[in-house]
Amino acid sequence: MEAFSSHKGVVLPMMSDNVNTDVIIPSREIKKVSKKGLGEGLFANLRYFPGSRNPDPDFVLNRPAYARSSILVARQNFGCGSSREHAVWALFEYGIRVIIAESFGAIFHDNCVANGLLPCVVSGEAIARIVEWVDEDAQSREITVDLERRTVTAGPVEVSFNLDEEMRQRLLRGLSPIDVTLKRRADIEKFFAADRTARPWIHSFGDQGTGEP
Amino acid sequence: MSSTQEARGRNGSRTAYEKILDLHTVAKDADGSALVFIDRIMLHERMGPLALIGIIESGREILAPDRVFCTYDHIIDTYPGRGDKTTAPNGEEFIESLRAGVRTLGLRSFDIDDPRQGIVHVIAPEHGIALPGITMICPDSHTCTLGGIGAVAWGVGSTDCEHALATGVLRVTPKRIMRVTVGGRLSSWVTAKDLAIHLISKHSASGGHGAVVEFGGEAIDALEVEARMTLCNMVVEFGAFTGLVPSDGKTLDYVRGRPFAPQADMVKTVEAHWRSLASDPGAKFDQEIELNAADVAPTVTWGTSPEYAVPVDQATPDPADAGDEATAAGWARSMEYMGLTPGIPLTSIPIDGAFIGSCTNARISDLRRAAAVLKNRTVADGVLAICVPGSTQVRLAAEREGLDKIFTAAGFQWRESGCSLCVFAGGESFAHGDRVVSSTNRSFEGRQGPGTRTHLASPETVALSAVNGRISDVRALGPMKPEIAT
Repeated sequence: MEAFSSHKGVVLPMMSDNVNTDVIIPSREIKKVSKKGLGEGLFANLRYFPGSRNPDPDFVLNRPAYARSSILVARQNFGCGSSREHAVWALFEYGIRVIIAESFGAIFHDNCVANGLLPCVVSGEAIARIVEWVDEDAQSREITVDLERRTVTAGPVEVSFNLDEEMRQRLLRGLSPIDVTLKRRADIEKFFAADRTARPWIHSFGDQGTGEP
Repeated sequence: MSSTQEARGRNGSRTAYEKILDLHTVAKDADGSALVFIDRIMLHERMGPLALIGIIESGREILAPDRVFCTYDHIIDTYPGRGDKTTAPNGEEFIESLRAGVRTLGLRSFDIDDPRQGIVHVIAPEHGIALPGITMICPDSHTCTLGGIGAVAWGVGSTDCEHALATGVLRVTPKRIMRVTVGGRLSSWVTAKDLAIHLISKHSASGGHGAVVEFGGEAIDALEVEARMTLCNMVVEFGAFTGLVPSDGKTLDYVRGRPFAPQADMVKTVEAHWRSLASDPGAKFDQEIELNAADVAPTVTWGTSPEYAVPVDQATPDPADAGDEATAAGWARSMEYMGLTPGIPLTSIPIDGAFIGSCTNARISDLRRAAAVLKNRTVADGVLAICVPGSTQVRLAAEREGLDKIFTAAGFQWRESGCSLCVFAGGESFAHGDRVVSSTNRSFEGRQGPGTRTHLASPETVALSAVNGRISDVRALGPMKPEIAT
């Protein structure tokens, strides 16, 4: 995973609540056992006319001003619904690097961090100020998200965002979470050994191990 | 956000969630985050393969393969006599990829033709894989269902699943702990599903955001374990991290004797342990919501979020009453998709489809209640009605009781178990523009087919709506006979 320090880019506004992962990537767009090839299916139900790949010019992603966008701005509960990590892979493949929202679906939020896509939690009032500044010239007004300083800067507007500190460190250093955890292997094995004695029913299934009902 | 450190409450008192988390804490960070030991991992063929491929390609090993359970539910067909062939585009690749991972890594698997097969969250408690007081994950958002049996269980992405497989642990940040207390008793024909939709409609689809939601109170005590699973299933639609009904006597009765549950020589010790995991009297909750069961009616969604719901005897709302502009726009857009306008009584809305199935409402108790409604009645002309049991064991039990005959005599299709039409994956679907009353959990746009309009409801509401050809109020049937009340 690449390290993330800061990102400057054009905003993609999706100003509705509860944008769910079925909307971000419909299940039918997940055609392979793969993390790749998903960008085309991003927002497919909104982006294309039904049953086609013909772009709907009214959808924000298809409007020329947002062609270069890389920072998605939403409202509450962005990425709620299904746990499908494909939603994050699709956004990343399309070119989204940062999502700013009032709140995120819990699983989606952690999936973002696992893939180097930065989720920024910012108040609704701050989001309104960011979007207000951007909207005056959406095509050329870029905003900057600085993970070192935990700030979003949109012209004269500067706000700080929330992110769990351990997640921030992982993103800054581009660390694989599995590698980070495996450094504590000794702690895990010690717990595992003690737990086998403390809760034997968790660790073995006796004669019923076949699980025949 | 408060920490999950011990002794948050008075005199060291803790919530059930804190107790279970403490039991599983391998190490704790200064900010209160914990490395949490994961007791059980379940995988299905839709999201499981990538986690297994990650393990194989990295050359890592699974810490405890014996505690991993795989099944097939999302992509497989549910037509009678089904095999590997599926209507989902390239579905066989998902099935074969999971099988390949299972073989390579030596995992336990309940394959398509195995009598233990079924929807992952239905079979987990059915086989005693999910237990009170354990931690459990699955790359599936409805893993929270298992809170109904007193487990701390939550959905994760494929990467976190791979992490838990390789390391045996996951990092859990401190959670907001919320208690929802439901006083009184639910009325006749009002179910855990109605209670869940009621809660979400009153407190929004993000009302439980990131929280652990513990349910308690007289109405929850009175719920059977399967109904508690229905309730906890829906907490992800409330935005929650997970839900929990701490185990009680009913839970222990439910668990006893199940194949993967503790064996006879251990039962006494384990049950004493489980009984100790209820929240202490002085435990501190970050937020309390109190509901009165008597206020809950059969509740049905009118729109594309589970929060867009009203009691079945009411009408669609007016966006003008939404409060703010953005919310009003959301309602209006949703109504347009649903082909509805403000002020339409729900019970006047004609339907094209009826679906009983899913990890929310396809357990044997759900099918019994729906069958009680369907007995000696028939589905209205033009309504496509389908029942998909939650597991092969549920199907077999229903067939032993003759429920399948009631469903088919009424005009319902009777299927093999799986997720089926709860989630359109490019294969079988309801038709464009079809209006479906469904016992599932998500009324999202396109969830049951391109352009399909979903109304979430209890299985009994689905059954009566199928009979009448329009959304219906089951209370019209008079008081429910006590023998079908569970």
